Amino acid sequence: MQQLPTFKQLQRNLKQPSPEWPIIRLAVTADSASQLLVQALRGYAYELQLRLEVYEADYDQIDLQLLDPGSELHAFEPAFILVWHSAEKLAARFQKSAPEERAGFAEAHIAHLGQLLDGVNRASKARVIYGNFIEYSDGVFGSYAAKLPSSWPYQVRKLNLALCDLARQHKSLFLLDLANLALEYGVDTMRDDRLALTASTVVGLDGLPVMAKAVLDIVAAATGRIKKCLILDLDNTVWGGVIGDDGLEGIEIGDLGVGMAFTRLQRWAKELKRRGIILAVSSKNDAAVAREPFEKHPEMVLRLDDIAVFQANWDNKVDNIRHIQSILDIGFDSMVFLDDNPAERLQVRQAIPALCVPELPEDPASWITFLRRLNLFETTSHSAEDETRTLQYQQEAARREVQHSYANEAEFLTGLEMLCTVEGFSSFNIPRVAQLILRSNQFNLRTVRHSEDDVRRMATDPDVVPLTFALHDRFGDYGLISVVILRRQDRALFIDTWLMSCRVLKRGVEDFVLNLLVEIARREGADRLIGEYLPTTKNALVKEHYSRLGFESFEGRWRLDVSAYRPRPTHVRRVPG
Amino acid sequence: MNAAEILAQVTTVMRDVLDNEAIQVKPETTAKDVPEWDSLAHVQLVSAIEKHFKIRFTAKELNGFRNVGEMCAGIEKRLAG
Repeated sequence: MQQLPTFKQLQRNLKQPSPEWPIIRLAVTADSASQLLVQALRGYAYELQLRLEVYEADYDQIDLQLLDPGSELHAFEPAFILVWHSAEKLAARFQKSAPEERAGFAEAHIAHLGQLLDGVNRASKARVIYGNFIEYSDGVFGSYAAKLPSSWPYQVRKLNLALCDLARQHKSLFLLDLANLALEYGVDTMRDDRLALTASTVVGLDGLPVMAKAVLDIVAAATGRIKKCLILDLDNTVWGGVIGDDGLEGIEIGDLGVGMAFTRLQRWAKELKRRGIILAVSSKNDAAVAREPFEKHPEMVLRLDDIAVFQANWDNKVDNIRHIQSILDIGFDSMVFLDDNPAERLQVRQAIPALCVPELPEDPASWITFLRRLNLFETTSHSAEDETRTLQYQQEAARREVQHSYANEAEFLTGLEMLCTVEGFSSFNIPRVAQLILRSNQFNLRTVRHSEDDVRRMATDPDVVPLTFALHDRFGDYGLISVVILRRQDRALFIDTWLMSCRVLKRGVEDFVLNLLVEIARREGADRLIGEYLPTTKNALVKEHYSRLGFESFEGRWRLDVSAYRPRPTHVRRVPG
Repeated sequence: MNAAEILAQVTTVMRDVLDNEAIQVKPETTAKDVPEWDSLAHVQLVSAIEKHFKIRFTAKELNGFRNVGEMCAGIEKRLAG
């Protein structure tokens, strides 16, 4: 994880052969020239190990391409559509509008966008990425514009806020925060006045990689590439100084020395934890010494209960990070490691190439800005359950501890007293269902990434039986951990989706689920269940799932005869209701 | 910096931007004479030349250059301040 590549470097990527990476189909439609941006997007996709297939609509055809279901854009069947209204054209429209219309300018634009989105939704399942607008003053009313609803600055700000509301209503709409990019990288980087005149293109050459990254960050997140865990070094990363040498009173946090830089990092990490990112510690230290500031230092923002896995010892960092990974049971590619020491970073990066190891600047004062710009934690969903994730991992650690006290696996599972709540899709659980569909990689039979809109539709589709499973045991709540989507196909039920959170592996939940699926099949008058395993790079875990559960292989799929089925033994009981 | 030096440096920048070490330019060379020099490459070329010489052309100047020689003259004028 280094500096952002230059546009020239992105162009050189286009000449590289592209390996068997996942293919993403992206359509771009804009009211300014988009060729340079498309080159940047394709070049940046290479950095993310994605193969981008792009349809670039002709200049200034946004409405036509989106509203006509038979347009070239829709015929291309994109997974994502980047719709780009430039702020310049928008301002020109504002200036042409009648004075009495101006106070309603933002509202009218939102209504128009709503129509475009409805058009897209009618024609395709594509997700729309739409840029918001740089909030610049037009120098007409000065600061007084803030009091004047008919002014440009007032309307552009109103528009940006209204876009957030629009994106909340339309789950398929994702906002590209161009206004923020202009703040972080400077307006002159993101907007080139001379290029707009000479080449009808709006973003400056140095701004193109910035915009391409922001677009593809959303695309990558929407396709399940998300970061879930932040691993922190301690000495000179979480606090200034070395706890073993400087002692509790000597380390820099808060008001001592440049301690505020470290306090800011801690606050950022704490915010991430609140959002649902798991925090872990990997530090070369005596365990008791390393824990002391978390327990006793009054200025520490992070406390022990914020940390899901605490690894402080004298083993090398690589082994410790591998240990953290094994406990959390998530991929290295969903973890970020922060360490001030370039040598440690290099060692870790070489040993675990999939791990993200940001090249922190030398001066801790600039870390937060640096990390913010990397935008490591992009996501396309958020649910209330995220916020309790650290607690769940801590409960899991407690379970592992008692597991040793049982003579065998079955006794341990019985001792857990597992209770499962089975429900369909409802407005309460749909965000979480959509998120599990997006995030589950390992225990996921077909890895079909249904969008939140799809999930909403399936909730009421008469040909679909949607099922969710929430698990509870005597150590705590796992929350919603498994999703199954059944589709009626004549006298069969096809298992479109069967996925499960890896936190409940080896609990026998799948036996419980299958018993229920058979019960439903019988009730629905189906005589068989049809399952399918579609391999990905990550789901080898469930390769034998259906054969293990007694399905027979036929024509590349798996079949279970419902009439001959005998319920499988399970340690999970169903919550009545 | 004299005209020959400017032309030599412009040639170097051009080879880098257009990714072709074989490019030879004369004052009368135009974009039509160089296959890689399309309208998108032109945008980058101008930006790279400006960065290299630490100058900035006006939009009008840019539109007025008909060949490499005129661009070099434009660079010389800007460098003279």
